[in-house]
Amino acid sequence: MSLDSVHSLGYILPEILLVLTILAVFIADLVVTEKERLGELALAGTALSLLAVSRLAGTPDAWLFSKMVVHDPFAIFFKVIFALAAMAAIWMSLGSKEIKGPNQGEYYGLLVSSTLGMYFMASASNLLMAYLSLEFVSLTSYVLSGYLRHNRRSGEAALKYLIYGGVASGTMIYGMSWLFGLTGSMDFAQINAALMQGDPGKLAVFIAVVLTLAGFGYKISAVPFHMWAPDVYTGAPIPITAFLSVGSKSAGFALLMRVFYPALSHAGADGSWQFLPGVDWPQLVLVLSMVTMTLGNLSALSQRNLKRLLAYSSIAHAGYMLMGFVVLSNEGLRAMMFYMVVYYLMNIGAFLVVMIVANSTGREDIDGYRGLAWRGGAAPAVAMAIFLFSLTGLPPLAGFVGKFYLFAAVIRQQFYFLALVGVLNSVISLYYYARVVRTMFLDFPDGSEAPVTVSLHNGALMWGLSAATIVMGVYWAPVIALADRSLQFFKG
Amino acid sequence: MEHILTYMTFIPIAGMVVVLCLPSAAHNLIKWTAAITTVPPLLLAIWLFVNFDRTQAGFQFVEHHAWIPSFNIEYFVGVDGISITMVLLTALLSFLCMFASWGIEKAVKGYFALFLLLDAAMMGVFVSLDFFLFYIFWELMLLPMYFLIGIWGGPRREYAAIKFFLYTLAGSVLMLLALLALYFSQTPHTFDMTKLIAAHATYSHTFQTVLWLALFIGFAIKIPAFPFHTWLPDAHVEAPTAISVILAGILLKMGTYGILRINFAMLPVATGELAFYCLGALGAFNIVYGALCAMAQKDLKKLVAYSSISHMGYVMLGMASFTPQGIQGAVLQMFNHGTVTAMLFLLVGVIYDRAHHRDIEGFGGLASVMPLYTGVTGLAFFAALGLPGLSAFISEVLVLIGAWQRYPILTAIGASAVILTAGYILWTLQRVFLGKVNEKYATLPEISGRELFTLAPLAVIVVILGFYPKVVLDLMSASLDSLNQLVLSSL
Repeated sequence: MSLDSVHSLGYILPEILLVLTILAVFIADLVVTEKERLGELALAGTALSLLAVSRLAGTPDAWLFSKMVVHDPFAIFFKVIFALAAMAAIWMSLGSKEIKGPNQGEYYGLLVSSTLGMYFMASASNLLMAYLSLEFVSLTSYVLSGYLRHNRRSGEAALKYLIYGGVASGTMIYGMSWLFGLTGSMDFAQINAALMQGDPGKLAVFIAVVLTLAGFGYKISAVPFHMWAPDVYTGAPIPITAFLSVGSKSAGFALLMRVFYPALSHAGADGSWQFLPGVDWPQLVLVLSMVTMTLGNLSALSQRNLKRLLAYSSIAHAGYMLMGFVVLSNEGLRAMMFYMVVYYLMNIGAFLVVMIVANSTGREDIDGYRGLAWRGGAAPAVAMAIFLFSLTGLPPLAGFVGKFYLFAAVIRQQFYFLALVGVLNSVISLYYYARVVRTMFLDFPDGSEAPVTVSLHNGALMWGLSAATIVMGVYWAPVIALADRSLQFFKG
Repeated sequence: MEHILTYMTFIPIAGMVVVLCLPSAAHNLIKWTAAITTVPPLLLAIWLFVNFDRTQAGFQFVEHHAWIPSFNIEYFVGVDGISITMVLLTALLSFLCMFASWGIEKAVKGYFALFLLLDAAMMGVFVSLDFFLFYIFWELMLLPMYFLIGIWGGPRREYAAIKFFLYTLAGSVLMLLALLALYFSQTPHTFDMTKLIAAHATYSHTFQTVLWLALFIGFAIKIPAFPFHTWLPDAHVEAPTAISVILAGILLKMGTYGILRINFAMLPVATGELAFYCLGALGAFNIVYGALCAMAQKDLKKLVAYSSISHMGYVMLGMASFTPQGIQGAVLQMFNHGTVTAMLFLLVGVIYDRAHHRDIEGFGGLASVMPLYTGVTGLAFFAALGLPGLSAFISEVLVLIGAWQRYPILTAIGASAVILTAGYILWTLQRVFLGKVNEKYATLPEISGRELFTLAPLAVIVVILGFYPKVVLDLMSASLDSLNQLVLSSL
């Protein structure tokens, strides 16, 4: 059913709660002197929004706001991930030494705003809405990466992000304008109908798709739109890096899946999808996926700064997730969704440990982790080892299960070369993840390093994420069932 | 005893959890807790040995539970003649290596916790009958090994550890692709090895060949077959003594076990075609290459490592022969090599603990300084040489008899390497134990009771099997004969 603006309001309670949180944070900023309270306020508001999302889970699908926004299980799944990512980022910010000072009100407000934008990215059903929400998330991300005022790297990160993002979204809106021109509509369902039944020029559609892909590729940091990622991840404050790497990337994937699958492809009966014949976007994305994985992993091999290493690893993981994207089957999409949950656990965990060590020693380079396990940092070292080996994809950790589902989907559709490239990349990635583990465990401290302490606040999140990573390695049935149920796009 | 295999696999995990909860400074408590944890699996192994039905070729002591229904993955374990010897070997060596690890002083809790995890993973690999479960246990071995070599090892331990990890992971991921391909080839999709074996006639020729090669690379890295062997000398030399024993005694056998369980049983047509090159010729090459490299070594532990490569070549040659003698000789050699090479590494550990080096030229005349040690080492060395009357002779002879029927030239090459083996072993014996006493080591303490305790059971087994190999051959003959028939019928 399609609802007009007034009747849609009941369905956007989570978004309304986020808006109220943002307003509350900005207003409270005027009166509160202890700025950490604002963070706690933001956390509470986001948690309420998460509750609202889960309460909307069983309700019937609908188009909202005159078909600008859609309410379906797919959107709900991703909104849960975004809310959890925001909560983790706020929790990390409260425990971080970088996020201090009088500007915290703006920081938390912008963080929650970014989450709001992500909510709309996952539920957009109109090209204009897609563009607006993507821009909203990007703009807030630019400011958040430059949050550290007198830090040159942070300013550089923000500027690079802004310029790169501007070019990418400009390209994307150009591509979207072509799609509008070819199909006469900005609404996804109507675009789908026009493409499947009409006879648009194949080359024109292909060019439009490639241009649109630029914007999405930038958001998920796929090659060749990845170049902003290392600098932004390194320069931004660590909680923001964690938020970007998980929330922003998931939002990009959500929008990518929504545009390319229900909008540009046609679902078959057996769970496979057909795209418009002659428009070979899966082949293009196949090549992009392989190049992204390989470039991300090879570049990470020589990194000495842990944040930069994790940035390249993030690029590589975007490549792995794209593997599920190219196989044109429901299994691939389900594998991507499952991987996003697992990726959330591992990546937030890894950045959390980076933050814990940076809090105590001020160092982000690998040498600063020397002998971490032997100088009081045994807990963060073990947790980091769990997260890094999970990122490699070793059983019995969650990362292995995620990669297993992706490879299963790829092999099922007989993309053998892609699978081979994927597994070889996993082996390459072991080298640089193990290098960090080696520095923490196999090297011994020489006495000049500062001791590492873990606050209760950070430790709680760290233990929670490590436990979840291990448990999901042996028992993941509820999550995959949830992904299965959520793989429904409302098409009217 | 319904869940005997589950107990054997998971009691070490329970032990690991207990060890992790103990205080880090209570070294003795940790060591004894860990050692006691390995006793129940050993007793259960003895029970298994007594109650295993030697006439039955199929799987016994089977347990079958659903684990992940959406992917049709089950917790499916069982033993047959191929795996029973390995299960027994794992239980025995884990128990003995606990006592060989008594000298560990650094981060004792971590060491024993990781060791118990490794123990569970090894047992799990040999008893798994669900391919996914097999893969999980296979990969689970890598993490503890990386840390055990990397933290408690010798001077180049970091290099050796990461090399081992990368090499083995590269092989394992190829196995992952192969197992997914097998999974999707069946309707309904299944990881159940018994069903995949039963469906062996349904795989197309190209499918079999590609999968066989992919799996073979993964297993060849473990055996290790030339040219995938370069991780072994580094890993063996740098690992602490007990870990070298486990590595050589058990982990190497997983490669050949995998080939028998998966390549032979599920892909028999491809096995028939590729066996000459990949197993026979490569095996014969391994035998000669390992022996020649061992002869050139100056480090005692590296010499033993290369001798392992050489002995595993016999296993490969025996498997390629497709005769009952050959294949039984191969699996018997797996068991014998496990015991003999375990003794060799333990003995090298004894001398290294005292002299803090392993330089062969640096010793001399130890026979008069440590006569009991010399006696035991003599026994182990002669067993490695294949002296008649000791266990390795029987398995090597069986392999050669079996291989002669099919590949006489390769057998001749393999048999000629016996001279090379005798060469480097006797030469080492002469340089280290005989001759003029090296004054630096004239006062070395004799082998201790604890060290003898770790060696004695192995020595007894080596001697008994030299005269009465039927004890072990009986366990495996039914299953191996049926496997052989399966491959021969597909040739």
